[in-house]
Amino acid sequence: MSSRHWLVLSLLSAILLATVLTSATIGPVSIDLPTVAKAATNAVGVPVGLALESEHTGLFGVEFSLPVPSAEYRYPFAFDVPETSETIVRQIRLPRIVLGAVVGFALAAAGTVMQGFFRNPLADPSIIGVSSGAAVGAVAAIVFTVALPLPVMAFAGALLAAFGVYAIATQNGETPVATLLLAGVAVQTFLGAVISYMLVQSGESLREAVFWLMGHLHNSTWAEVEATLPVAVLAVGVLYAYAHDLNVLLMGEADAHALGIEVERTKRILLALASVVTAAAVAVTGVIGFVGLVVPHVMRLLVGPDHRILLPTSALAGASFLVAADTLARSGAVEVPVGIVTAAIGAPFFLYLLRRREVHTV
Amino acid sequence: MIEVESVDVSLGDTEILRDVSLRVPAGEFVGLVGPNGAGKTTLLRTVNGAIDPDAGRVLVDGDRMDDLSSRAGSRRVATVPQDTGTRFAFSVADVVAMGRTPHRSRFGSDDDGDDAVERALERTSTASFRDRRISTLSGGERQRVFVARAIAQEAPALVLDEPTASLDVNHATRTLSLVRELVESGRAVLGAIHDLEAAARFCDRLVMLADGEVVASGEPADVLTADALATSFDMESVVTRNPVTGTPTVTPLSDTGEEERSVHVLGGGCVGAAVVARLHAAGFAVTAGPVPAGDELLGVSERLDVPTETVPPMSALDGSALAAAGERIDDADVTVLADLTLTPDGGLLDLAAEAGRTVVVEERSLDERDRAGRDQRRRYERLRERATTSGLDDVAATVRSVEADAGRHVSRRGI
Repeated sequence: MSSRHWLVLSLLSAILLATVLTSATIGPVSIDLPTVAKAATNAVGVPVGLALESEHTGLFGVEFSLPVPSAEYRYPFAFDVPETSETIVRQIRLPRIVLGAVVGFALAAAGTVMQGFFRNPLADPSIIGVSSGAAVGAVAAIVFTVALPLPVMAFAGALLAAFGVYAIATQNGETPVATLLLAGVAVQTFLGAVISYMLVQSGESLREAVFWLMGHLHNSTWAEVEATLPVAVLAVGVLYAYAHDLNVLLMGEADAHALGIEVERTKRILLALASVVTAAAVAVTGVIGFVGLVVPHVMRLLVGPDHRILLPTSALAGASFLVAADTLARSGAVEVPVGIVTAAIGAPFFLYLLRRREVHTV
Repeated sequence: MIEVESVDVSLGDTEILRDVSLRVPAGEFVGLVGPNGAGKTTLLRTVNGAIDPDAGRVLVDGDRMDDLSSRAGSRRVATVPQDTGTRFAFSVADVVAMGRTPHRSRFGSDDDGDDAVERALERTSTASFRDRRISTLSGGERQRVFVARAIAQEAPALVLDEPTASLDVNHATRTLSLVRELVESGRAVLGAIHDLEAAARFCDRLVMLADGEVVASGEPADVLTADALATSFDMESVVTRNPVTGTPTVTPLSDTGEEERSVHVLGGGCVGAAVVARLHAAGFAVTAGPVPAGDELLGVSERLDVPTETVPPMSALDGSALAAAGERIDDADVTVLADLTLTPDGGLLDLAAEAGRTVVVEERSLDERDRAGRDQRRRYERLRERATTSGLDDVAATVRSVEADAGRHVSRRGI
């Protein structure tokens, strides 16, 4: 990686940090930046141990215990901050902001991979049905009485849908990209029908279901961050190791094979990881559109098509973008779901790029 | 060395290759020729390991390609694709560096990588636009970049799929010359080449495929025969020797249309042959001669059933051949003087003087063709003055217009 690439990455990291801190100053109670910075530093925890706790749950009337990993943290910093401010920043604002950053990071990374994988500028993280699957799981959890928690249902739905699309499109061990794309569209349409049917049946819970479908970061908790962040960072890290393979795949599959890429295996790995990253994100926040479509295009204009730099920059920019969009979403008189903001900002910006003929290809 | 041994390949239910065998030793360029759908690309994809054969085997330097991983296979065989898509915005240097893919590990580095890429860029003269986007290059430049990528791959065998399909003649020649250099440096190269003349010129041997089978293989001149072309390409053609490169030249002929006007062709050699072939293709009833036995023109006229007077080689035109040719000229609507060589006996000029409407085709300068003296030369120049001159390519059109313009030309028979 060249020094220019390091510069871009450092710059984007700095922008992300600045966006996070600035966002934490904004809210019904205004808190100044130094206080926010101190409170945020205090919130930095270093995981020092991992324990398994058993959690009681029930499925289909059967009660059982699930071992749930739980990390222990040590907090090395203890700046002196007024208690109210510390509570607001640490317990209310930061979980939401950090979750937004993680989800933006995940969606933009997954979108970058999907656009490269499909060699199609229209591809986004949900192209193979991940979001629709998550939505089915989530709406089912909201509308019907299901024992499993909503994020688990959404995560499972997302992966099931992605795996289903993959299985449908695969024949004799080969998965043609065009078939995958069409299967994804068809499955999304079908799942859309399932969601609509459940919404019709939903009665009282309609409002909650629709709110989830729009994508939101409302009432985010550290627990959600803990569940999402490791998955997202780990999977994006592995995807990064495949960035060069993704570059070569862009040249076409026959060419990639001639250059020594195990095409079908690499495709499986990329699809699985991108689906897991997307599923981890949408399971906790619902379907937040446009981040995974617009951010990779913008970054491609700035840093070029090489995934070794495009993937990390897109992920960082996606994190900043979603934090900023969510700050807007919650700073108005009435909070709106962040999905509305990302689409409302993202779409016109994307159209502007299209008109300037800057975006037309992967 | 590439060895293909009795390979059968089916894709789906369709049998594409049947019992195909060939060998490409190191330092040799073998060209794969044959009509579309003959299985050339499938054979190349079998050689580079993209397709596993149903029967038989492909060995590269002794290793079976179907036993090797994609990575190991691509260290043995590099592939130059047919014109690759231009949609992506990678720089030239990035694309060439992709050739190092089989040599780099996921987390480690590729120590010789940068040097190999530099060398490949230099060798293909692509270093000067190394930072340009591949999508902004012309077809010829782009193809050189893909050759550079294959060089950076540092494989002992190279496979080319129609590397010149979308290139103009200049860039096609440059690309193939570059490939030739790689062959000289010891690589084994197998390439599908649609341009038969280029294949004949640049390849050491040719293998002709038709319907998934090898129908001919050997030296270009032995493979590119009119008969072999007729069976494999289902095309009437004339194979002559290219006067510049000395390699076979293939002229495809269209089926003869309605025969209308008769034309006699005086003069032989490559140009005479080409004139006969073109006029025949344009639908004229063509006669030719006299030419010496063994003349290039006879190859064409025998194939096309064009009546042609012959005389023994190195002998003067005798009375009977002159008389027979004179009759044909009398019958012909137009006579074409095809790059006529002036000989001291002046026999052909006597015949030419008999002719009515005359078209002159000249490819060589008069000095090159003048083996007689001032008198003959003056006669020829007078003939040329009252004739219509034409290039080789538009000879059929010129003959047609001369023939239509009949009124303006008075027969000067007997001058």
